[in-house]
Amino acid sequence: MKILVCVKQVPDMESRFQVQAGGTAIEEADLAFRVNEYDEFAIEEAVRLKEKLGEGSELTVLSLGPQRVAEAIKKALAMGCDQGIHILDTASRDPYQVASLIYQAVKDQDFEVIFTGMQSQDLGYAQTGLLLAELLGIEAVTTVVSFCQEGDGFLVQRELEGGQRMNLKLQAPALFTCQLGLNQPRYPTLPNIMKAKKKKITQLEAASLAPPAARSQTTSLRPPAKKGQAKFLEGDLGAMADQLVAELKAKSLI
Amino acid sequence: MKALVIAESREGQPLENYLEGLSYAKALGAEAALFLVGAAEALPAFAGTLFLAEVAKHLEYNPKGHKALILSAVEQFGADLVIFAHSSYGWDLAPRVAQGLEAAQLSEVVELAEGKPFLPAYNAKLRRQVETSGKLVVTLQGGAFAPLKAGGSPQVTALDTDRQSQVEFLGFEAAAAKELDLTKSEIIVSAGRGVGKAERVQLVRDLAAAIHGDLGASRPVVDAGWVEHSHQVGTTGQSVTPKLYIACGISGAIQHLAGMKGSDFIVAINKDKEAPIGEVADLFCVADLTQFLPILTDKLQG
Ligand SMILES: Cc1cc2nc3c(=O)[nH]c(=O)nc-3n(C[C@H](O)[C@H](O)[C@H](O)COP(=O)(O)OP(=O)(O)OC[C@H]3O[C@@H](n4cnc5c(N)ncnc54)[C@H](O)[C@@H]3O)c2cc1C
Repeated sequence: MKILVCVKQVPDMESRFQVQAGGTAIEEADLAFRVNEYDEFAIEEAVRLKEKLGEGSELTVLSLGPQRVAEAIKKALAMGCDQGIHILDTASRDPYQVASLIYQAVKDQDFEVIFTGMQSQDLGYAQTGLLLAELLGIEAVTTVVSFCQEGDGFLVQRELEGGQRMNLKLQAPALFTCQLGLNQPRYPTLPNIMKAKKKKITQLEAASLAPPAARSQTTSLRPPAKKGQAKFLEGDLGAMADQLVAELKAKSLI
Repeated sequence: MKALVIAESREGQPLENYLEGLSYAKALGAEAALFLVGAAEALPAFAGTLFLAEVAKHLEYNPKGHKALILSAVEQFGADLVIFAHSSYGWDLAPRVAQGLEAAQLSEVVELAEGKPFLPAYNAKLRRQVETSGKLVVTLQGGAFAPLKAGGSPQVTALDTDRQSQVEFLGFEAAAAKELDLTKSEIIVSAGRGVGKAERVQLVRDLAAAIHGDLGASRPVVDAGWVEHSHQVGTTGQSVTPKLYIACGISGAIQHLAGMKGSDFIVAINKDKEAPIGEVADLFCVADLTQFLPILTDKLQG
């Protein structure tokens, strides 16, 4: 079985985000990048499926972005993917363009199972996986919190509000968007990191994949108008604790 | 402008979130119609056109069928805009519908300023404005738009299709039984990923014990198995409204905020001063919790 997992590299959400002079993108220079959290669950599930199927199954990881996203691909290779595809792209793209580029790169490869994260942590579109499935004309299940391959089919649970779930059964080919908590993503071990260095990463230029026109364009990026009324306590921890206790007592909360 | 608002039903009951969709349409001055896959016996209150497809045939989960039905409603109504809730139903269908219309989709709209939609970015630390042309599909962040008052009864236009997902819908499974009902708690002290490891949840438990509160948690702490699911606060956990909510090492993602922002008094303990929990907090202690919590607990016990 041919399996594909699509991953995005995102900045660490604990960073301070500064908007570039143009006002539509963030300054990347001081940011640390990592694999989108949701995609880590996708990688883990893909690796588990490959391991379960054993001989004859092959797992490819794909990422789109500038040179730095090679790190995300390497992490996925170290977690157990067999090979990588890097769509090299420095432009800022909307989800439709991203899905179209991925589609162009994989459409002739007959992947039977595709995993993606349910959304990215940075922009949170929750669109790319579904758009890719639409372009490929295959079934897609979103927000997967339980995945089980059985015979030639899959039994999956998708998560709803309040933690309720929906039980679904379907056949390949299909795409699954993975939700937090689907599994416990493994940490790449040192030997596997070394092994991953020998795995092949195919580079494709986005321009050679004929990206379509964007359907949407970011026109401004700014901090939200401060609605908050929080009083900030900083500095000496003992004094801070005293102040907090005093405030809570004054309000009869404790 | 004409807006088609997508209503939802869950296990036979219509949900109320279409009222937020109607509010969004109204803010844009759009003429609105509703769409629902539901039952004629349980219609949403609305004085206008309702495009209705029978849930008995089309099921509550059948994305290909629902997509085809929505596309046909868009065409019959002449909609320029399709409005979903950013819910498990909405985020699953919206991209499929957008692709069917070759339209742009804006996910999780949180604000309209001068008629322009804004979206959260970077865990709500920034807001983004996005331009589109032609037809548009949006999903709305829950709670971002004040619901219109429900009223009236709809004129029904029946819809049907033979399209169907090749996915067998085997039914619902209830969330794990809650051993702990946090909805009645007066004081909740919650642990977030900032606690760093399972053993350190104890610091949060100790603080909770010192002020006779209950332990809450954010999702990653539950997913990692450090705390039981019955402690989870948020859209996929419990919605709580205690007198005092103390969030320790919780960034304040919208799905967490949705479950606790109704608390009377909110204290955040976080080392990142810009964490979005600051938007709902009354007091924000900028501190490393591993150092701060023992000091605080000590003073409360003393
Ligand atoms: C459909 C859906 C449903 C979801 N449902 C829920 C839900 O019900 N409940 C929920 O909580 N989440 C839910 N989530 C996940 C949510 O989006 C966030 O991922 C999650 O809330 C983040 O949890 P956190 O704040 O604990 O972790 P993070 O976002 O990683 O934040 C950790 C915080 O800890 C701080 N920190 C780190 N170290 C320290 C330290 N030593 N001292 C002090 N502070 C420190 C950091 O500054 C940061 O702000 C859902 C997501 C989706 C997509």
